[in-house]
Amino acid sequence: MLRFIAKRFLEMIPVLFVIATLTFFMVRLAPGGPFTTEKSIPPEIQKKLEVFYGLNKPLYQQYLDYMGNLLKGDLGPSFKYATWSVNELIWSAFPVSLELGCYGLAIALILGLSAGIIASLRQNSAPDHISMSLAMLGICVPTFVIGPLLILIFGLALGWVNASGWDSARDRILPSLTLGLFYAAYIARLARGGMLEILNQDFIRTAHAKGARPRRIILKHALKGGLLPVVAFLGPAIADIITGSFVVETIFQVPGLGRFFVTAAFNRDYTMVLGTVLFYAVLIILANLVVDIVQVWLNPKLRFE
Amino acid sequence: MQETLASQIPNAALLSEAEVGTSLWRDAWHRLKKNKMAVVSAAILAVLSIASALAPWIAPYSYEEQNLDLRAVAPQHGHWLGTDALGRDQLTRLLYGGRVSLMVGIVATGVALLIGVTYGAISGFFGGAIDVAMMRIVDIIYALPFTIFVILLMVFFGRDIRLLFIAIGAVEWLTMARIVRGQVQSLKKQEFIEAALALGLRRRRIIFLHMIPNVLGPIIVYATLTVPAVMLLEAFLSFLGLGVQPPMSSWGLMIKDGADRMEECPWLLIAPGVTLAVTLFCLNFLGDGLRDALDVRASKD
Repeated sequence: MLRFIAKRFLEMIPVLFVIATLTFFMVRLAPGGPFTTEKSIPPEIQKKLEVFYGLNKPLYQQYLDYMGNLLKGDLGPSFKYATWSVNELIWSAFPVSLELGCYGLAIALILGLSAGIIASLRQNSAPDHISMSLAMLGICVPTFVIGPLLILIFGLALGWVNASGWDSARDRILPSLTLGLFYAAYIARLARGGMLEILNQDFIRTAHAKGARPRRIILKHALKGGLLPVVAFLGPAIADIITGSFVVETIFQVPGLGRFFVTAAFNRDYTMVLGTVLFYAVLIILANLVVDIVQVWLNPKLRFE
Repeated sequence: MQETLASQIPNAALLSEAEVGTSLWRDAWHRLKKNKMAVVSAAILAVLSIASALAPWIAPYSYEEQNLDLRAVAPQHGHWLGTDALGRDQLTRLLYGGRVSLMVGIVATGVALLIGVTYGAISGFFGGAIDVAMMRIVDIIYALPFTIFVILLMVFFGRDIRLLFIAIGAVEWLTMARIVRGQVQSLKKQEFIEAALALGLRRRRIIFLHMIPNVLGPIIVYATLTVPAVMLLEAFLSFLGLGVQPPMSSWGLMIKDGADRMEECPWLLIAPGVTLAVTLFCLNFLGDGLRDALDVRASKD
């Protein structure tokens, strides 16, 4: 197991290297620059800025400098937010996204798993059809429609919560729901599919024949295998959820990390683009690693591969 | 070659004639027709696509025609879905937006299919070191944060709709390649492929004439499910302001405008939101129906 984990960590290095290199040259070869948008910067100041950020050096030298700093874990200074480093920006915004992500994830798991499991136990019944139609709806109605609709209903029409903001505990409800519902829908479908496959297998029939109680059969025997597709999905999903969603954060004015993924690109904030991309990539790879370990634990067949 | 075989076995022609009747496709068609949700979805999609395709001829107004006397009026006679803040007819913009959304969905999926099927078929057919190398590349690309790359591409290189096709298509081919590879690998062990190899057919001919037709089922199912994913991505990009250029319309762009003004004029949000959701709903149901009809097992990513 330890060897497996160590191997995966080693494999992470070339992947991150490729991502960093690709992103670096992509942002640099793009037209426009971080200071082109601002009007009338005196040439002396422009020159000073370029020297400060190292933009006056040849591109390969900038690349080598960046990679060198990256090895030390330094993502460099932000081009847009003067006096802030990318590390500081990420660490100030990430806790907000993480908090929101945890609520969203909890909603997704509770709603999704219960709907999916109930649907699979009552296949082709009314609860199955209803929950699967709702799940399909959750997948098909994009977050940028659900969010405004929720605000319209609960914020403006009923006045139960603030339309946006991130101050009180109550402000957490709508963004968490908006974020969680899509994943809940996906999890419900995957859980139903996975459970149906397991419930039709011989060992479940054997357990029934031996007189085990249905509750025990489901919890003890079926869930472990039936939830494998959900676990596989959760890897990338968790990385997505906790790095924040641009849509949810914009609609509800949440000061999270998700906004930076888009605004950094718009501002040509070179180091910020690279920083957020790399941060996200590391989280995705780590989440997938955890998922692989959990999968081996849930599915003994994988242990021999 | 086949003719000489047939003449040697006199009954072969008769036998094959007797067996014609229920092909895989005919069976699938019968099963699909019984699935009411799928049939209804296909009908709705057909109506939407035809209406969008004919937008320039059937739309009551022009998509950029402004009527500043009618700033954001609610649905009424003459403007069945109301008008937006610039007095442009919503129904017209919805039809034109459908052209963009559906076209992006279909063309980008086509790009993904072309790359994915070719790549997966080659990798699965040749196997060995080629397969390992090609799949390793796919694994690495999988780890890239793609949505972000698409956003970067659109921000840096402008809002060109052709770029959008390519960018989205290049994101979506990976899973296709994996599915086709798996299918081709299992096909390769079957007798008719061995026979084709033994007959000395060229490998390109075997891949494209004998293997790909046999993996069409999963390809069609996956493609049907890729179209809504692509349309959602396009709507998301338009929502960010990275899709088509105004004054052209797109469903994502209309949703964005609607969300900004939902307090005063909720119809601006509801019409495009419902249209997009219904389209995605129908595509997903049709995809599920096709999967059941073709009896393709759900392929995991």
